[in-house]
Amino acid sequence: MTKLNINGKQYQIDLPADTPLLWVLRDDLGLTGTKFGCGMALCGACTVHIDGQPVRACVTPISALADKKVITIEAISADTIGQAIQAAWVDLGVPQCGYCQSGQIMSAIALLKEKPTPTDADIDAAMAGNICRCGTYTRIRAAIKQAAGEKGAPA
Amino acid sequence: MNASFDLSTAIAIHATSTETPWVIANVSRRKFLQGASALGGLVLAVGYAGASRAEDAPKYGADAMPHGWVDSPLVFIAIGEDGIVSIVCHRAEMGQGVRTGMPMIVADELEADWARVRVVQALGDEARYGNQDTDGSRSTRHFFMPMRRCGAAARQMLEAAAAERWKVPVGEVRAQNGEVVHVPTARRLGYGSLAKAASNLPLPAPDSIRLKDPSQFRYIGTGKLKLVDAQDIATGKAQYGMDTRLPGMLYAVVARPQVYGGKVVSYDAAATLKVPRVVRVVQIEATPGAPEFNPLGGVAVIARNTWAAIQGRRALKIVWDDGPNQSYDSVGYRAALEAAAREAGTVMRNDGDFVAAAAAAEKRVTAEYYLPHLAHASMEPPAASARISQGKCEVWGCFQSPQAARDLVAKRLGMPVENVTVHVTLLGGGFGRKSKPDFGIEAAVLSKAMDGKPVKVIWTRDDDLHNDYFHTVSVEHLEAGVDAKGLPVAWLHRSVAPTIESTFVAGAKHEADWELGMGVINVPFAIPNIRIENPEAIAHTRIGWFRSVSNIPHAFAVQSFVAELAAAAARDPKDFLLEVIGPARVITPQMLGDTWNQGESPERYPVDTGRLRRVVELAAKEASWGRPLPKGRGLGIAAHYSFVSYVAVVVDVAVDAKGEVTIPRVDIAIDCGATVNPDRVRAQMEGACVMGVSAAMSGAITFKAGRAQQDNFHQYEVMRMPAAPREIRVHIVPDDYSKPLGGVGEPGVPPVPPAFCNAIFAATGKRIRQLPIADQLKS
Repeated sequence: MTKLNINGKQYQIDLPADTPLLWVLRDDLGLTGTKFGCGMALCGACTVHIDGQPVRACVTPISALADKKVITIEAISADTIGQAIQAAWVDLGVPQCGYCQSGQIMSAIALLKEKPTPTDADIDAAMAGNICRCGTYTRIRAAIKQAAGEKGAPA
Repeated sequence: MNASFDLSTAIAIHATSTETPWVIANVSRRKFLQGASALGGLVLAVGYAGASRAEDAPKYGADAMPHGWVDSPLVFIAIGEDGIVSIVCHRAEMGQGVRTGMPMIVADELEADWARVRVVQALGDEARYGNQDTDGSRSTRHFFMPMRRCGAAARQMLEAAAAERWKVPVGEVRAQNGEVVHVPTARRLGYGSLAKAASNLPLPAPDSIRLKDPSQFRYIGTGKLKLVDAQDIATGKAQYGMDTRLPGMLYAVVARPQVYGGKVVSYDAAATLKVPRVVRVVQIEATPGAPEFNPLGGVAVIARNTWAAIQGRRALKIVWDDGPNQSYDSVGYRAALEAAAREAGTVMRNDGDFVAAAAAAEKRVTAEYYLPHLAHASMEPPAASARISQGKCEVWGCFQSPQAARDLVAKRLGMPVENVTVHVTLLGGGFGRKSKPDFGIEAAVLSKAMDGKPVKVIWTRDDDLHNDYFHTVSVEHLEAGVDAKGLPVAWLHRSVAPTIESTFVAGAKHEADWELGMGVINVPFAIPNIRIENPEAIAHTRIGWFRSVSNIPHAFAVQSFVAELAAAAARDPKDFLLEVIGPARVITPQMLGDTWNQGESPERYPVDTGRLRRVVELAAKEASWGRPLPKGRGLGIAAHYSFVSYVAVVVDVAVDAKGEVTIPRVDIAIDCGATVNPDRVRAQMEGACVMGVSAAMSGAITFKAGRAQQDNFHQYEVMRMPAAPREIRVHIVPDDYSKPLGGVGEPGVPPVPPAFCNAIFAATGKRIRQLPIADQLKS
């Protein structure tokens, strides 16, 4: 039995300890916003936050999550940076198919938490692990900058 | 016509035609992708059925597609008493924005208030909706007019209902943003209060439908509307084929033959069945004959969650018979294609006398280009779910062609087609892969094996890369005889590639006219002697459509070769390209030997070299063609006509001393006629630029011993943000709505790789003749 804290809720999960978090989220908890894309931490579609850090859920065994807090795309709207990023994504029409965008958004939010006004190099470094096959990269970059700008504005 | 109500569900549908009694049942069981809860109460559909069906019309465009088009508001529109307008999108959303664009067309003509529009995804049912095969860059170009008529017919019925209510002449009322206004008195009635009365009125005859003047468009062409799914995507709520969840669902992965045509000899599932949560192991039979859209066969592991299924599959011990393609090897195959390309092939076009003209020419130039297989690698690998109950099967999946899924599931299960329901989820990318519903059939077969329990089949990334319907591999051999100014007077193009026809006809050896009609046969160049040949090539794997299909190798070869001729003549590549295209003229496709013409009418869609010239000039101007650039920097240009649209691209590259390539900027110009959603046209061009440079830089699936060698994104590299073009500027040629529309989803891709490689030549002097570029520039 593994204890998990996901989106502020406690769960007792009766699965083998090496089960990746991704499949627990998707199959057992119904949190399908976190996507499967590669299974090898190569594409970033499954990015979640673990104690605020962007992590690939497809290679994270649930055994590694004791006393950790997991946040998924479904709960990130509770975060002001999350709201700013999501709003920028909608406003600039970033998504095409949208499948990778949960992961892109989770990586972008983690970036802005770390670096409120990221440079292009910061954006490249933070987003290099997230593949978008539709090729929305220029809009992702613009949306990150837009969200950073709004967030930096006086309240 | 008889009115009737279906009160068996919360949604009552007012059907007005006895010709389509199935309408009612279909609508009431429709699963709304979104907006269903907002409908509530009594909902009425207005409209008519069967007024204008494809059977009566000519045989191009949508008319030539299976089940043609339907423009009945009964089929596409429902208006609730609360004024909520539900509009059905019958095409699959895979990122092109069709769930926004198609309903937007209806809403505009309907004068609906977009804030009160809900989009409903159609089931797979072409008899009802018209063609649903979301492929070939066809949705907007084939359904713009039917969807306009659909919205306009409903608007006229609402206006008539209001006039009757007020006892005023219909000429005094006007529909406006969800209401009908009595102009002289400014009285207003909302659509919700008129829908029932409207649906009891006679239907406007097709010739009485009044379309808006385009100057009155409220949404079309404005680019003002946000994507209908953007908020759901940004919050993780959007539902893809991978995301379907059903009560009691089981999860499956399949061990498929790694060599096309391979078969299971025997298997040992003992270790698999010891994996916790594995439920059963089931063999899926391979289907004899050409691949078609059938499952490949193999051994499925069914479990209580996906991870257990994946672990169980790892534990399987399978003895395979690799079959007839086990020696397929990309190195040897390339040599065979090259050998074929150096011998004459079937002549597909022969203007003038290439041999004599080339012999008499000032100079001969020859080049050969090689392009490898590509995998689609949509971010969502194929995934589908199925359950069977009481002789009926329901399927959910990311299908570009839901009717094909429905037909083939029915055939495989031995059910009447009416007993199969196909729900179309969002597609996490498609690019042509998801036109082939083999994965949906797998889900149905496995549900049947589990006594109808719901089963979801997912493809892992290695499944997707190993068992794709691959983009073809090709050698393009070009020869030209040039005059004293370096301009080509004789042109030979031999294209040799395994054909998509082989997916349907075992042993097919020649590219089809429609494959060669993608930029080989129909080169619109002002060259008097043109010879097009197609030598044989045998397929050893499943070959399928990939976004823009054969245009990729053909445009790469043609547009690289024109640039090579320009270089040989020491001419500016842009000016030279314009000279090769020649003066502006409108050409009947048959004059180019093209009898296919993208399935479109040669009269409505002739080849217009003026439009091709214009995009070249526009892209060049916007890119400041000719501007001074530092060492290691270069601009390249290419243009291509495909999917009846004209696209030109200028790529700006920088290559450093180590051979590292960056792309500061791309300018891409498109003339697709007038646009419905210009922001999505821009998005498609941006995506095409990234996909094009990605394929050129690193895209390759290679085979050894019959097996695809790339397992995942570390070996099949897809462009990531740091390497992607930093800026992509899209230039849309403005147009009114007088011309028929062109495609958008695909035509951006083909000119990108040659423009990119032409830029690399400008920057470095190195000519790229084989893709991917990979390490070719590394010192």
